[in-house]
Amino acid sequence: MKYLPLIWAGLWRKRARTVLTLLCVVVAFALFGLLNGFTAALGGIIDSMSDTRLRIMSRVNITQPLPLAHRARIETVPGVDGVSYYNFFAGYYQEPRNSVQTGAIDVETFDAIYPEIELDPSYVEAMKRTRNGALVGEDLAAERGWKIGDKVPLGSSIWRRKDGAEGWDFEIVGSYRSPSGRVPTSELWINYDYFDEARQAANGTVTLYFVKIHDSSRSAEISEQIDALFANSTSETQTQSEKDWLRAQIAQIGDIGFFVNAIIAAVMFALLFVTGNTMMQSVRERIPELAVLKTYGFGNSAVVGLVLAESLLLCCVAAALGIGISAAISPSIYREIGVGGINLPWSVVAVGLGLAAAFAIVSAALPALRAQRLSIVDALAGR
Amino acid sequence: MTALVSIKQVVKGYTRGKQRVEVLHSIDLTVERGEFLALMGPSGSGKTTLLNLIGGLDRPDRGEITVAGERIDGLSSGQLAKWRARNVGFIFQFYNLLPVLTAERNVEVPLLLTKLSAAERRRNVAAALELVGLADRAKHKPGELSGGQQQRVAIARALVADPTLLVCDEPTGDLDRETSESILTLLKLLNERQGKTIVMVTHDPRAAQYASRRLYVDKGSLAAAALGVAA
Repeated sequence: MKYLPLIWAGLWRKRARTVLTLLCVVVAFALFGLLNGFTAALGGIIDSMSDTRLRIMSRVNITQPLPLAHRARIETVPGVDGVSYYNFFAGYYQEPRNSVQTGAIDVETFDAIYPEIELDPSYVEAMKRTRNGALVGEDLAAERGWKIGDKVPLGSSIWRRKDGAEGWDFEIVGSYRSPSGRVPTSELWINYDYFDEARQAANGTVTLYFVKIHDSSRSAEISEQIDALFANSTSETQTQSEKDWLRAQIAQIGDIGFFVNAIIAAVMFALLFVTGNTMMQSVRERIPELAVLKTYGFGNSAVVGLVLAESLLLCCVAAALGIGISAAISPSIYREIGVGGINLPWSVVAVGLGLAAAFAIVSAALPALRAQRLSIVDALAGR
Repeated sequence: MTALVSIKQVVKGYTRGKQRVEVLHSIDLTVERGEFLALMGPSGSGKTTLLNLIGGLDRPDRGEITVAGERIDGLSSGQLAKWRARNVGFIFQFYNLLPVLTAERNVEVPLLLTKLSAAERRRNVAAALELVGLADRAKHKPGELSGGQQQRVAIARALVADPTLLVCDEPTGDLDRETSESILTLLKLLNERQGKTIVMVTHDPRAAQYASRRLYVDKGSLAAAALGVAA
C-alpha cells in the first residue's frame, strides 16, 4: 500500500492520455462482458433446461402448426407423464415494433409441467375463470409497469380475429416468477382456448407440445416413439429434449461462440497496442525519474514491480468498470433481443478480470524490461 | 577523524562507439568521516564518474572502493541498490524530483524502502522538511516551487533516511548566486552541525570555498586544488 501514491502519481502523469487509454479499456471490456455474458448466459440456460421435458414441433420447421389432435396420441406413449401445448401469438403493444413476447397456453397442464415456475394456484383459477385473462412474467411486468387488473390491448402480427375486431384485449389476472432465475419471465401468457376460438385461421393447431417424462435416460427413446406415431402423416413431428431443442435453435443462428470469440480477440489485440504504447511512452518519459528511484535504492525488481503495478491498476480498474457497465446494462439488452431474465454470470466477471490482469502484464512487459535494464549513470546523464 | 571513503588504485573507463576511453587512472582517495570534500575540475575531467563510484551508482573496472568499512566495488547491482538505500543521499544539479509528487511525497521516497510505519515516515519527512526550511511547502508539487526550494526538497530527500554520506553533483549548477549561497550554507551547516560527510562535485570555485577540502580532477587524475578561490 505504501507504494500506491507512487504508482497512482505515475499513472496520472499525463492525465489526458491515461483517461483515453482507460476509456479504450472500459469500452473493450464492456463489449467483452456483453458478448461473453450473452454466450455464457445462453449456455447457462441450455444447462438449466430439463432432460425430463420434451418439446415437439413440426418436422418441417417451427412455423408449421401441429394438430391439437396429436395430444391424445402422445399421451398414450409409455413413459409420458403429461402433455401441454403452446402457440406463438406474435404480440405487440400499440405498434408492431413494440413487441410483447406472448404465448397461448393451457394453464393447468402448463403449470403441472413447469414446476420451476412459481405460479400461485389462485392465478391458475383466475385464468380458468377469465377467458381473456393473461399471466404476466415478473420481468415483463417490471419493464412495462403492468399489474394485476390492468387491461392490455395487444395486436398480433400473425393472427386476425374471426369477428373482424382489430386488437386482442386481455386482462392481467396473475403473474409468474422464476425463483431460480433460470426460466425467462419476460412473456405474457394467454388462454389457448380463448385464442383458438377467436382466431380466424389455423384453428385446432399448436406451435409446440411439451411432454413431461419421468426418466431422463429414456428421453431419446420416447422421442423416437412419439415421432414414429406421426411418421408419414401430413403433420410429422420432431421431438427433442428441451436442452437439445434450445441448442438446435441457437445453432440455427450460427456458431455464436466463434463469432463472439473472434470479435473479442480482434478488440483485445487492438487494445494491446493501445495499452502497450501508453505504457511504453509513460516509461520512456520517466527514464530520469526511474533512474532517481534506482539511485535511492529501488532494485530492478522494485522498478519492474512499479511499472507492472501501474499497468495492472490501469487495466484492472478499467476492466472492472467496463464489466460493471456491461453487468448493469446487459439484462435490459438481453431482454430487448428476447432473452429475458439473464444477469451477467460471475464466471464472465472472473474471466474478464483475469484477462485484464494478463493483458496488463503483457502490455507492460517490454516497458518494464526497459526500466529494469536502464543504467542509472546513463539515464541521469541524459544518454 | 577516521576514513569513511577509501579508494585505492581505481580505474574506470567507458566504451563509446568502438573506442574504449579510460576516464579515471589509478585514483587513490580517502575521505574522512565528517569531511566536506569538493571535487573540482573541467567538464569531462572525470569528477562525476568519481562521484558515481563513491556513491555506488557505478562500479570500477579495477581497484578497491570501501565506504563505511564495506567494500562496494564487487557488489552486484542488487546489493549496491540496498547499500545505497542504507548509506548514501544524493543531490543532483537539476534536483530530479518526481514532478507528480508533492514535496513531502518526494522526500518520503527513500523511506519507502525501510520498514518504518506510515506515521514514522510522516514524522521523519516533516523533520527533514523543517530542517531545510520548507515545512510550509510540504503539499506543493515541484512545479509550484522555485529552483532553490526544489533543491532544498532534494536535500531533505537526501537526508531523510539519515545516510552516512551525502554526494552532491553540481548542487548549485542550476541556481543563481544568492540561492546558491543559501544552498551551500545549508550543506555546510549539515556538515558542521549534523556531522554529515559530504562529497560535492562542482566547477564553481565559489561553491568549493564552502568545503573543508578541495581536490582537483584533471584528465582522470587527482591533485590537491592549488587554485586561488576568488572571494
